[in-house]
Amino acid sequence: MNTDLFLQAARAVFSGLWLTLVVTLAAYVIGQVFALPLALARTSGRRWLNAPALTFTFVMRGSPLLVQLFIIYYGLGQIEAVRSSLIWPLLRSPLGCAILAVGLNSAAYTAELVAGAILHVPKGQWEAAKALGIRAPVTLARIILPQAYRAILPALGNEMILVMKGSTLASTVTVMEMTGAARVFVARTYAPFEAFAVAGLIYLLLGAMFGFGFRRVERCVAIPGK
Amino acid sequence: MFGAVALYFPQMLFGLAVTLAVAAGSLLLGLIIAMVGAPASLYGPKVVQHLVDGYVGLIRGLPELLVIFLIFYGGTVALTKLFGHYVEVSGFMAGVVALSVVAGAYLVEILRGALVAVPVGQWEAARALGLRPLPAFRRVILPQMIIRALPGLGNQWLVILKDSALVSIVGLEELMRKSLIAAGATHQPLGFYLAAAALYIGVTAVSTVFISHAEARLAPQRRER
Repeated sequence: MNTDLFLQAARAVFSGLWLTLVVTLAAYVIGQVFALPLALARTSGRRWLNAPALTFTFVMRGSPLLVQLFIIYYGLGQIEAVRSSLIWPLLRSPLGCAILAVGLNSAAYTAELVAGAILHVPKGQWEAAKALGIRAPVTLARIILPQAYRAILPALGNEMILVMKGSTLASTVTVMEMTGAARVFVARTYAPFEAFAVAGLIYLLLGAMFGFGFRRVERCVAIPGK
Repeated sequence: MFGAVALYFPQMLFGLAVTLAVAAGSLLLGLIIAMVGAPASLYGPKVVQHLVDGYVGLIRGLPELLVIFLIFYGGTVALTKLFGHYVEVSGFMAGVVALSVVAGAYLVEILRGALVAVPVGQWEAARALGLRPLPAFRRVILPQMIIRALPGLGNQWLVILKDSALVSIVGLEELMRKSLIAAGATHQPLGFYLAAAALYIGVTAVSTVFISHAEARLAPQRRER
C-alpha cells in the first residue's frame, strides 16, 4: 500500500461523505416523523387503525430494504397515476427515492419501538392524569410520550446507526454516497483495500459521533438523581 | 404484468432456493464463529477477549454492503497475490463469507448473553456429580443456553435472510438478482419486485411461526398458562 493511492482513495471517498450524511439525516427524520402516528395506531384499541399499521410494519420488517428501494425507484414509475401525481418529482429523483425507502423502512422499526415504550408506561400514569382532569391528548403529549421516548433513547441512537448503514444502498440507484464512491474508485484502480478502509473508518467515526450525541441528549433529559 | 411474472416464476423460485442456501450456510458458519467467540470473549486470555470484542465492535459499526464489497473485491486481490495467479472469488463464496462474518459478530453477543444467563451453580453441580467438563457443557449448560439464545437466534436468522439480498449486487443469482434480470428483460419492474417482496415476507412469516413453535417446545416452563 502506498500513501499516494491512499490519498486518492480518501479524496474519492470523501466526495461521497456529503451524500451519506444527507441520506442518513433526511431518512432518519422521515423515519421518526412517520413512526409516531404508526406507533399511536399500533397501540390504539381500534381495529381500523391498528390493522393497517400492523400490516405496514410487518411488510417493511419482513422484506429486504433493497427490494423496497427497487419497488419505489423502478416499480412505482410504471403506474400512470403516480407519474401524474404531485409526488412524482420526488419519486423521479434517485436521491428522493433512496431517502424515502430508507426512511419508511426505519419508520416501521421505530414504530414498533415507540409502541412498545408507550405500552410500557405504567397504567397509573393515565389514571392519575385523568383524576387530575387532564384530557387524553394532553396526557399523551405531556406525560406519556416524554416517558416513552426517554426510555428508548439509546435504541433511537442505535436506529440512527442502522439508517447510516442503510444509506449505503443508495449507491444501487446511482446515488454515489461513500460506499458507492469507494466502489467506483476500486473498479478504476483495482486497489480494494485503500478505498474500503477509508470508507469503513469514516463510518466508524460517524457511528461514534452519533453515539456520543445521543448519550449527551440522554444525560440532558435524564431525571436528576435517578 | 401477472403473465410476465408467471412466466419467470420458476426462475424466481430457483433464486429463492439460492437465497435460502446462502442464508442457511451463513447462519451455520456464523454460529461456528460465535460458538468459539462467545466463550473466548468471556473466559479466554485478555488478548483474546480484546480481539473478539474488537471484531464485534468493528463489524457492528460497518455497513453490511461495505463488508460484502471488501470481501468480494479484496478477496480476489488477496487470493491472487497469495497464489500467484488470477483467482476470482465467486459471488456465492463472497456472499456466504461476508454474511457469516457479519452474523458471527451479532451471534457472539447473543451467545455470550445466553451463556452468562446460565447460573454458575449449574456448572458446579454438574462437576460435583462427576461429569467431565465436555459432557457437563454439552448435556447441562448447552441446552439451557440454547433456550435463552433462541429468540436472538431467530431474530438473527431473519436479519441474515434480508441481508442476503445485498449479495445480488456482487452478482450472485439469488432471488433479488433473478427479479432484477426478469424486470430488465420484461420492463415490468413493479410486478417482479412485488413478487420478490412477497416471497421474502412469506419466508419470514413461516420462519416466525417455526421459531415461536420451537421456543414453546424447548421452554415448556415459559409457556403462557
